[in-house]
Amino acid sequence: MKLKTLASAIALSGATLIALPSMAADTIKVGVLHSLSGTMAISETTLKDTVLMMVEEQNKKGGLLGKKLEAVVVDPASNWPLFAEKARELITEEDVDVIFGGWTSVSRKSVLPVIEELNGLMFYPVQYEGEESSKNVFYTGAAPNQQAIPAVNYLKDELGVERWVLAGTDYVYPRTTNKILEAYLKDMGVAEEDIMINYTPFGHSDWQSIVSDIAKFGSAGKKTAVVSTINGDANVPFYKELGNQGISSEDIPVVAFSVGEEELSGLDTEPLVGHLAAWNYFQSVETDANEAFITKWQAFTKNPERVSNDPMEATYIGFNMWANAVTVAGTTDVDEVEQAMIGQETPNLTGGIAVMNKNHHLSKPVLIGEIQDDGQFETVWETDGVVPGDAWSDFLPGSKDLIADWTAPIKCGNYNTKTKSCSGQNY
Amino acid sequence: MKLFLSLCLFLSACMTPALAASAETDALLQQLTQTKLSKMPAMVQQLEATGDESLLPVFRAWLAGDLHYIRDDNTLVVEVDVNGVDTFQDPYTQATIAGLTSKQVRKIKVNNKLRGLLRGVIARIQLTSRDAGVRESAVRALLADIDDETFATLERIYPTEPNSDVRSTMQTALSIYTAQDQNSSQSARLAAIDVLGDSLENDVRNVLLSLERSDNPVLSSAATQALVSINRQVERYALVDQLFFGLSLGSVLLLASIGLAITFGVMGVINMAHGEMIMLGAYTTYVVQLLMPNYIDYSIWVAIPAAFLVSGLMGVVIERLVICRLHGRPLETLLATFGISLILQQLVRTIFSPLNRQVSTPSWMSGSWEINPVLSLTLNRLYILAFALLVFFALVMILKKSSLGLNVRAVSQNRSMAKAMGVKTEWVDAMTFGLGSGIAGIAGVALSQLTNVGPNLGQAYIIDSFMVVVFGGVGNLLGTLVAAFTLGIANKFLEPTTGAVLAAIFVLVFIILFIQKRPKGLFPQKGRAAE
Amino acid sequence: MSKLINWFTEGRSSGQYTLPFVILLLGVTVLASAANLLLPQDSALYVSTYSITLLGKYLCYAMLALAVDIIWGYCGILSLGHGAFFALGGYAMGMYLMRQIGDRGVYGHPELPDFMVFLDWQELPWFWLGMDQFWFAMVVAVVVPGLLAFVFGWLAFRSRVTGVYLSIMTQALTYALLLAFFRNEMGFGGNNGLTDFKEILGFDLQADSTRVSLFIATAVILSLVLLASQRILSSRLGKVTLAVRDAEPRTRFIGYRTERYKVWLFVYSAVIAGVAGALYVPQVGIINPGEFSPINSIEIVIWVAVGGRGTLIGAIIGALLVNYAKTRFTAIMPDGWLFALGALFVLVTLFLPKGLMGLYGQLQSKRRQSAEQEVQS
Repeated sequence: MKLKTLASAIALSGATLIALPSMAADTIKVGVLHSLSGTMAISETTLKDTVLMMVEEQNKKGGLLGKKLEAVVVDPASNWPLFAEKARELITEEDVDVIFGGWTSVSRKSVLPVIEELNGLMFYPVQYEGEESSKNVFYTGAAPNQQAIPAVNYLKDELGVERWVLAGTDYVYPRTTNKILEAYLKDMGVAEEDIMINYTPFGHSDWQSIVSDIAKFGSAGKKTAVVSTINGDANVPFYKELGNQGISSEDIPVVAFSVGEEELSGLDTEPLVGHLAAWNYFQSVETDANEAFITKWQAFTKNPERVSNDPMEATYIGFNMWANAVTVAGTTDVDEVEQAMIGQETPNLTGGIAVMNKNHHLSKPVLIGEIQDDGQFETVWETDGVVPGDAWSDFLPGSKDLIADWTAPIKCGNYNTKTKSCSGQNY
Repeated sequence: MKLFLSLCLFLSACMTPALAASAETDALLQQLTQTKLSKMPAMVQQLEATGDESLLPVFRAWLAGDLHYIRDDNTLVVEVDVNGVDTFQDPYTQATIAGLTSKQVRKIKVNNKLRGLLRGVIARIQLTSRDAGVRESAVRALLADIDDETFATLERIYPTEPNSDVRSTMQTALSIYTAQDQNSSQSARLAAIDVLGDSLENDVRNVLLSLERSDNPVLSSAATQALVSINRQVERYALVDQLFFGLSLGSVLLLASIGLAITFGVMGVINMAHGEMIMLGAYTTYVVQLLMPNYIDYSIWVAIPAAFLVSGLMGVVIERLVICRLHGRPLETLLATFGISLILQQLVRTIFSPLNRQVSTPSWMSGSWEINPVLSLTLNRLYILAFALLVFFALVMILKKSSLGLNVRAVSQNRSMAKAMGVKTEWVDAMTFGLGSGIAGIAGVALSQLTNVGPNLGQAYIIDSFMVVVFGGVGNLLGTLVAAFTLGIANKFLEPTTGAVLAAIFVLVFIILFIQKRPKGLFPQKGRAAE
Repeated sequence: MSKLINWFTEGRSSGQYTLPFVILLLGVTVLASAANLLLPQDSALYVSTYSITLLGKYLCYAMLALAVDIIWGYCGILSLGHGAFFALGGYAMGMYLMRQIGDRGVYGHPELPDFMVFLDWQELPWFWLGMDQFWFAMVVAVVVPGLLAFVFGWLAFRSRVTGVYLSIMTQALTYALLLAFFRNEMGFGGNNGLTDFKEILGFDLQADSTRVSLFIATAVILSLVLLASQRILSSRLGKVTLAVRDAEPRTRFIGYRTERYKVWLFVYSAVIAGVAGALYVPQVGIINPGEFSPINSIEIVIWVAVGGRGTLIGAIIGALLVNYAKTRFTAIMPDGWLFALGALFVLVTLFLPKGLMGLYGQLQSKRRQSAEQEVQS
C-alpha cells in the first residue's frame, strides 16, 4: 500500500500547502495581478514594475497609516481562468488590501465576479470599452468618450476626413468602440458606404490584403482615415505593411488607441511619422511631474532608454489616489476606502488634476499625438480641460439610459434612469 | 495660379540668387516661432507668397521635423545628426553653431496638415527641377484639382517638356481639365475622355465616375466606355496583386516550415521548439544590428550566417543533450521539446525583456516596386520570396549532392543498415538537427523584417509549420514547397470574400478533409521506410 | 454491493490499485469538504474555499487527462486536440449558466445575455434555445463533443490516418474551433467568452456549500469514470484496443474492424472530456476560446506523460501534480516558473519514460529483487 501513502501525501500536501495561512498583519499588502508570461507579458510586465516602483516610493515616504507596504506579485500567465484563481488567492490567502492588475477585457471580466464576491478592491489601468461599473473596481484608463470620440472629432475638424476605416482586432473593446463610433459618425451624417469596418484575429501577421483594401477604399477622392483598435502584437506587421505599401500619414492617417510608446519601441518609426494616437498621456509632455516620474522610472528599471506610457500614468494616478483615500479613511477597509475614493483629486502627469467620479471613472485630458521618428509622440491637439469618463455610452441603444453612481441614494453601477431600477448586482 | 506664381518666382529667384532671407521673410520667420500649430498653415502660405527662394532649406528642415529655434533669441536652426550627436546648423549657410545643446532650443512643430502643405510648396518650387522624377510628382500632385491658371501654365510648358513620362502625366492632367470643362467643344471633351481611358490613375477614375453621372448622354456613355476598359485592366492587375500576396504568404510559410521539414520530416522528431529556433534567429538579427548600428544596410548579410550558427548550435546542443536519448520514441520528443520551448521563451524574456525588440529594415528592402498606379509590389516581400526559394534549393542541393545529405538520407531510410555500413549515425543526427534548426534561424532573419521580434514569435508560426509539413507529406521537401504555396495562395484568394478569420478556418478544414483522402499528405513517402 | 465491487475490480492485472485509489480520493474529498463547511475559519485544519475551488479544478483536469490516457495509453491515438471536447462541454454548461442569469444582467434584458445586448443583437440565436433547461444543456455537453469525435474519428480512422498525421489533424481541429469561437458573430461572446454566472439549479454559485457540492460531484463523477474505464479497458474490448495500439495491421489481418474500436473509444474519451468541461466551468467561473488553444491540449498530454501513460491512475496523478506545481510556481517565483516547468517536462521524459507510475513500479521491483536476494543469502 505504498501507493496509497504516496497518493495521500500528495493529496494532503495539496490541501494543506495551498491553504498555508498568511502571517503578519503589520504590513499593508498590495496585490499585483499582471501577466508576466504568455502573450500579454509584453504589455503587462511594465505595469508590474510600475506598481513595484510606486510601492517602493511610498515606503520611502514612510508607508501608509504607519505601516510599510508590501507588494505581492503573482503571474496569471495570460490565462483568463487563472486570473480569477489568482485574484481569489490574493484576497483570501494573501489577504491583500488592494489589487492593481488586468489588461485585457477578458482578464477583467474573469476577475470581476471574484472581486465582487470577496469584496476586494481592484484598480484597472487600461483604456477599455466601458459598459461596466463595479463597486469593487476603479477604472483609471480611458473610457471610449475619453479617447475614441475626441480622436474622430479631431480627424473630421482638423484634417477634413470624410471616409472612415474602422479596423480592429476581433474582441470586445474594438467591437464596442467601433459600434459607438459608427453610431456617432452616422449621427454626423456620414453615409453607410463611407464607413469600412474590418476585424482581424489576435496576432494577425499578414496584412497585405487588408492594407491594400484600405488603400483602395481611400482612393475614392475623399479624404480617408483609419481608426485603429488593432491590439498589441498585430500592430508591428500592420505598420510595417503600411510603410512598405507607401501609405503615408498625409494620404491616409491612422489614429490608434492601443499604440503607445512601449509598442513603438519595438518598431522602426521612420516610415510612420505623422500617424496618430489618442491617449491621456504622452511621455513627451513637458511638465515637472512627468520629468520626475520618468527619471524615477528609468532609475528604477536601470535603463536610461526605458519609455513610459499611458497605462503607466493610469497606474500612477490610481496608486496615488488609493494612498490618499487610505489616509483619509484611516483604514484599508474596502467599503470605507471605496467611499473615500470618490471625489479624490490628485495631480496627473500632464499638468492637470485627475478626479475620481461617482461612476468610478476618472476625469482625464485627451491628447492627440503624432508619431515622431524617435519613437515618441508629439502632441498636436488636446482638450481644454479634463473630460469625465462615461461608463455607459450614449451612442449604444442598450446603454443610453444607464448611469453609474456609487454615492447614496443610487449606489448602483448600472442604474436605469427610465425604469429607475438597478439590475443584477453581485455584492 | 500657384503653379504660375511659383514659376515666376523661380525665374526671379534664378536671376537674383539670395543667400539669406530678406527682412520681410525674417520678420515672418520670427513670428513663426511664436505661432500656434493651428495658425501655422496660414504662415506657410504667407511665406510662400514672399517668393523667397532661399527658404527652400527652411521648408525642407521643417518638413523633416528638424527645424528648431533658440529659446533666447528665436533664431532658426536646423538639427543635424553628426555621428550620433545632435548638432545645430544655420539653415542658410549650413555652418555649425558651436556649443548649442538641445536644452537651449525648441522644436518648431509640424503636423500632417502642415506636412502636406510644405510638400506642395517644395514641389512647386521644384517644378522646373532638373530631376524628371521630381517634376512628375509635382504634376501628379496637381491631378486632383486643376484650376484655369494651372491648366494654362501646363499647356504652355507641355510642348517643351523633354521627358516622355512627364509629358504623358501632363497630358493626363490636361485631359482631366478638358473633359470636365463646360466651355470646350463636345468633340474635344470626347477626345479627352478617350485619352483618359488609357490611364490607371486614381484621380482619372474619379473624374470619369463623375462624368458618367453627368446629364450629357454622349459624354456619359463615353465615360462609361472608358471606365469599362480601365476597370478591366484594374481587375487584371488586382488578380496579379492577389497572386503576389498569396506567393508572399506562401514564402513566409515555406521559410517557417522548411527547417521543420528536416527535423520533423526527415528525423521524425516532433519538434515543438522549432518556433523558438526561428525566434533565436530573429533575436540574432537584433543583436547584429545593435553591434553595427551604422551599417544597417549590410546587417542582414551578417545576420544570416550568424543566425544559422546560433540556431544551428542550439540545435546541436539540444540534440546531444536530449533528443539523442529518445531514439525510437517520437512522441516523447514532443514532450521534451515542448519543455525546451518553454525554457527558451523564458530565457529570451529574462535576457531581452518581454518587450518587442526593434529590428530596422535596410533601406534597399523598404518601399515598393511601382509597376503602374494600381500595381506595386513591396520590396521586402519580393526579396523574401526570392530568399525563400533560394534557401529551399540550397537545402535540396545539400541533401541531394553533399556527403552529409547522402548520410542523412541513408540514416532516415534505414538506421541500422547505415550504421552497419560505417555511417556515424550519431554525428549525422546531430548535424541533421543542427541543419534544420539553423535553417529555422535563417527564417527568423527574414521574419524579423515582417513581424514582431518578441518572445512569442515562435508560437505564432509553430502550428502553421506543422500543417504545411503534414499537408505536403512528411519527409518530402518538394511537398513542403508545394504545400506552403498552395496554402498561401488559397488563403489570400479566400480572404477578400470571407475575411481573414474565416479564410484561416476554411483552410484548416480543407487540410483536415484532404488528409482523409490522402492520409500521407500530398507527396507520400514510398517504399518500406514509410510503414 | 460486493458483487458490484467485484465487477469493477475484475481486471486485476493493471487495475489492482484502482479501488484503493478511489476510496482515497473520495475520503480526501469528504474530509476536505467537512473541514471547509464545519470547522471555524481560524482552525488549523480549516480548508479554505479557495483550496476547495482549486481542488475541484484540478479534479476536472484529472478527468480530462484520464480521457486522453484512455485513447493514448490504451489505443495509441495521440490527440493534440482534446481541449476542444473539454471546451465544447464547458460552453454547453456556460450557456446554461448564462441563461440562468435571466434579467439580472447589467442591462436587465429578460432574455439576452449582456454581451448580446451591447452588440445590439435583437433575439437569441437558435442554438441558445433550450439551453435554459439543465438537463438539455447537459445532454448537449455530452452529445456535441461525442458527435464531433464520431464524425472526426469516423472520417480519420476509416481512411487510416495514423500517427503524427492524426495528431496534427486533431491540432488543426482545435485550432479551427479556436478561431471560430473567437469570432463575435458566432454568438458565443467572442474572446471574452461567457462569465459572470450567478446560479446553478437555483443554488448561488458563490456560496461555500455550492462550491463544496460541485467539488464532491466532480470527485464522485471522476471516480465513477475511472472505475468504468478500468472495467471497459480490462474487458475483451480493452484487449483489442491494446492490440490495435501495439500492432494495428496485424489486428486488422486477424479480422477485427479496428477502426470501429478506435472510433467508439475516441467518442467515449471525448464524452468524458466534455463532462469534465461542464464540471470545470461553474467552478472557475469563465469559459472562453482560450480553452481551445492547441498549447492547452499539448499540456494535457504532458500531464499524462508525467503521471505515466497507460495506467489511468497515473494520468490523474500527473494532472494533479503538474497543476499543483503550476499554482505554486506562479506564486513563489512568478518570473522564473517557466524554467522550472520546462525543466520538469524535459527531465521526466528523459529519466522517467514511464512517468511517476513507472518510477513506482521500478522501485517496487528493485525492492522485491533485494528482498529475494536477502532470502537467498
